[in-house]
Amino acid sequence: MKLTFPALVAAAVMAAAPAMADLVVPNMSYRTGPYAANGIPYADGFADYFTLLNERDGGIGGQLIQVPECETAYNTEKGVECYEALKSQNPLVLNPLSTGITYQLIPKIGVDGIPLYTPGYGRTSAKDGSVFEWVFNAPANYWDGASVAVKHILDQEGGDLSGKKIALVYHNSAYGKEPIRTLEELSEKHGFELTLLPVDAPGQEQKSQWLQIRREKPDYVIMYAWGVMNQVALQEAVNIRFPMDKFIGIWWSGSENDVRPAGAGADGYKALTFHGVGQDYPLYEDLKTHVYDAGKAAGAGDQTGTVLYSRGAYAALVIAEAIRKAQELAGTSEITAAQMRDGFEALEITAERMEELGLPDFGQPISLSCENHGGDGLARIQQWNASEGKWNLITDFIEPDAEILDPLIKADSAAYAQEAGLTPRCN
Amino acid sequence: MIYREAGDFKTSYRDDSQTFPIRLDRWGYYAVLAVAFGIVPFVINDYWANAVLVPFLIYAIAALGLNILTGYAGQVSLGTGGFMAVGAYAVYKLMTSFPEVNVVIHILLAGGITAIVGLLFGLPSLRIKGFYLAVATLAAQFFLVWLFNKVPWFYNYSASGQITAPTRTVLDHAVTGPAASAPAKYLVCLCFAFVLAWVARNLTRGTLGRKWMAIRDMDIAAEIIGVDPLRAKLSAFAVSSFFVGIAGALLFAVYLGAAEVGEAFGINKSFLVLFMIIIGGLGSIFGSFAGAAFLVLLPVLLKNLLVGSLGWPTDLAAHIELMIVGALIVLFLIVEPHGLARLWTLTKEKLRLWPFPH
Repeated sequence: MKLTFPALVAAAVMAAAPAMADLVVPNMSYRTGPYAANGIPYADGFADYFTLLNERDGGIGGQLIQVPECETAYNTEKGVECYEALKSQNPLVLNPLSTGITYQLIPKIGVDGIPLYTPGYGRTSAKDGSVFEWVFNAPANYWDGASVAVKHILDQEGGDLSGKKIALVYHNSAYGKEPIRTLEELSEKHGFELTLLPVDAPGQEQKSQWLQIRREKPDYVIMYAWGVMNQVALQEAVNIRFPMDKFIGIWWSGSENDVRPAGAGADGYKALTFHGVGQDYPLYEDLKTHVYDAGKAAGAGDQTGTVLYSRGAYAALVIAEAIRKAQELAGTSEITAAQMRDGFEALEITAERMEELGLPDFGQPISLSCENHGGDGLARIQQWNASEGKWNLITDFIEPDAEILDPLIKADSAAYAQEAGLTPRCN
Repeated sequence: MIYREAGDFKTSYRDDSQTFPIRLDRWGYYAVLAVAFGIVPFVINDYWANAVLVPFLIYAIAALGLNILTGYAGQVSLGTGGFMAVGAYAVYKLMTSFPEVNVVIHILLAGGITAIVGLLFGLPSLRIKGFYLAVATLAAQFFLVWLFNKVPWFYNYSASGQITAPTRTVLDHAVTGPAASAPAKYLVCLCFAFVLAWVARNLTRGTLGRKWMAIRDMDIAAEIIGVDPLRAKLSAFAVSSFFVGIAGALLFAVYLGAAEVGEAFGINKSFLVLFMIIIGGLGSIFGSFAGAAFLVLLPVLLKNLLVGSLGWPTDLAAHIELMIVGALIVLFLIVEPHGLARLWTLTKEKLRLWPFPH
């Protein structure tokens, strides 16, 4: 085996490299493992949007977009393998959809010069573009999410949280731990009591955490879960009869696949989102004509219009707009990864532009700069209606508490700059 | 016809007990070393280093370590992942606390720290054996992962609990951190794997190894002939943990660059390394390498073959890959329950008789 292996892999790697002229935007997906239920719709949406651009407009600026897919299984070691394999194809931007892999890639992409786009996940302090030159996490990040969730709770409680108890049920990983610091600051500011309940990955086992919730009766539960942990948490919450309208998930804990297994019990469960839901957008007509009816849908094609499908498509849309901007700035349609970075930094997506793209009132306006790689961080609340089987938006976009978040982001990015020996830019 | 000892005369006891008594084996071994040290570093690229060879070498070191404990000394351990985590966090703390010291020394020290921790968790082995010991080491696995998650001092109070390896150099070449080049990473891992395999080979055929094997084969009999079980078992735990700790340190610092204890050093890692030595062959140095190669290289090869060459959808390929690897494990174990190393020995014995088997 040892002798034939090198030859075979060499041949395989050669065969995998695409034609050089196209723009390459890899899809680092996971369609297997405990996170597949969430990974599949996202990957499908991401791929379908680029298929639409290729089919309808002939790509962007006349350049077709290649979307090579690589299976990471949400596993950092496979993520490394994917990164090395994709790196040789000169990707414009990477979107690993895993906070763990993002943390691993942040130092590497700086050296290799590949932008990283992590919408709604990854390292929160990457919002500070003066330190994280190559990372973009617009339109919202984990700390925005935590702050918006607390603001919504404030709304529900008439503006006073003193003496209230909020429990955070989180995936015991970099992802789940991200909001802790923000919530601690917020608990100090608003006077609520915070209980931390970690759930070890992948998260099928959370009986004891929910027993604790049943015993301590927190007024609200905020959840940062992903993959199989979502479905299990919803079921456990139903089992202990926790009031669903006081159970708020981050945007990664709010897809159809997460609430359906709990059946009617999940009715009223709330989750954050940073974009609209459902298929009532003109974009879907185009997708239907050019992608679904043409038989070009990614995956099994059964995820259309779901929350995570929309989010994948939204990520693709932001990347496509950044490519457009980069082409405009560079004056050529064959842009490089470095020009792509400049495109991201000058990105401007207005409400009118979203309407032109067929998604009116879908996402917030995004405007990035050298200092701000994370946008404004607005999010809205959606609520699950089990009998209709759909998510309803129940609030407008809510602004996060910048007073708390900005100093935290500054402190964390400054710590990273010191650790990595970076000098902040943008002066 | 060619592969035989006839004509290969030994004139000293030293020659007679060498690791590779047959000339062709010896040449093969030197050739592999020459290629590994002399040719591969010049042709290696990032993909080959980071996705294929570096993980292979690191897992081979971990498998060597577990093989010393389980294969040679007969003490079943499910705590490998936890001990690798000790190595990783030890090297992280050392690298960030003493940046001026060479990283190779840090990695060796991390191995030493893991050896001490392994020694502590080896104490129950004096009272309990077999499955009961496996459960005790399983407790070590869960306790260590919990500890590194719980105590912020271990991850320098970072917000997310992730540890990230800073850039450190050996002879002015970065071997950790984002700027490390493929040959540098590969060579560091290769040197560690080579030296540790050489140490393991010589330990296991010396007094210590014989004591371990005596304990493995029948501990009461070993005690009667004068093997001190306390020292034999604890030395096996210490040496094994030293190897595993170095593997963990390399895995974090050189290979991954950033790690999180639950994901990188969970119970899955313990099972992975245990499968490596079972498939490779218990009580065999070659088996450790063969097992690591089987479980690290085969999935990458299959992925490249199915997705890269045949253009299959990634999810289908990932599922088929699991099925193929699983089926091959079952097949190999049915064909040869003692692992790939035994298969290799049998092949060699057949070769010696060829073309006149009788």
